Amino acid sequence: MQRRLLLKGLLGFTTMAAAMTAMPRLAMAKWSKAFDNETVDGALKDLYGSTALTKDDKITLKVPEIAENGAVVPVTVKTKMANVTNISILADKNPQPLAASFTLPEGTAAEVSIRIRLGETQVVKAIVEANGKLYTTEQEVKVTIGGCGG
Amino acid sequence: MKIKAKMKRDMAVIKVLAKHPMETGLRKDKKTDKIIPAKFIKELVCKHGDKVVFHADFGRSVSKNPYVSFSFAGAQKGETVSMTWTDNTDETVTVEAPIK
Repeated sequence: MQRRLLLKGLLGFTTMAAAMTAMPRLAMAKWSKAFDNETVDGALKDLYGSTALTKDDKITLKVPEIAENGAVVPVTVKTKMANVTNISILADKNPQPLAASFTLPEGTAAEVSIRIRLGETQVVKAIVEANGKLYTTEQEVKVTIGGCGG
Repeated sequence: MKIKAKMKRDMAVIKVLAKHPMETGLRKDKKTDKIIPAKFIKELVCKHGDKVVFHADFGRSVSKNPYVSFSFAGAQKGETVSMTWTDNTDETVTVEAPIK
């Protein structure tokens, strides 16, 4: 009985190990170096290959004007634009500005919510990619207690 | 990881709360003064059947225990969605949830 369990465990482990060695490459390919970039423009270039942004009122960026706790700042981005393929959120004064990037296949709504950290008072930018073009809107968030300190 | 999936008219609304420290690798341990190694989710993928309906890439600015919500079309009540996160240490967790 114990031997069987052991064998089962071993089998499970080897298949898991095989899956794990195959996985990272896939994940790495997707996760771009944009997240390591320390400037907004650099991150945009890494992510989209362009820094040409058009300001657009059709994007709604919902962030608190004053965030008492920078460690948890709720952000919602939504737009009525058609053919939205990607939404990204950047915080320009964080050590690495790019916070999150969402890839939205056809059928997924152009509305996402997330909670991010803000180290200090700064501008939060939302980028929407639609029909291959980049649109943006931004809002300042005043932070009372920073979210990145120890 | 907690998932709430609910139909709202023709859209499936998904709310996810992943349990994860989201360490940036920039923080120091106050007692030992040593840098706490980075451990953060890089990727969060939602599948409905075989179709990827949502793909999020995270940086270090995402809060501890990340919360994300989104919605997609083409699902029915009673079906399931599966969410998978992968972090920078290649740890991965997959959870399935029924659409209510």
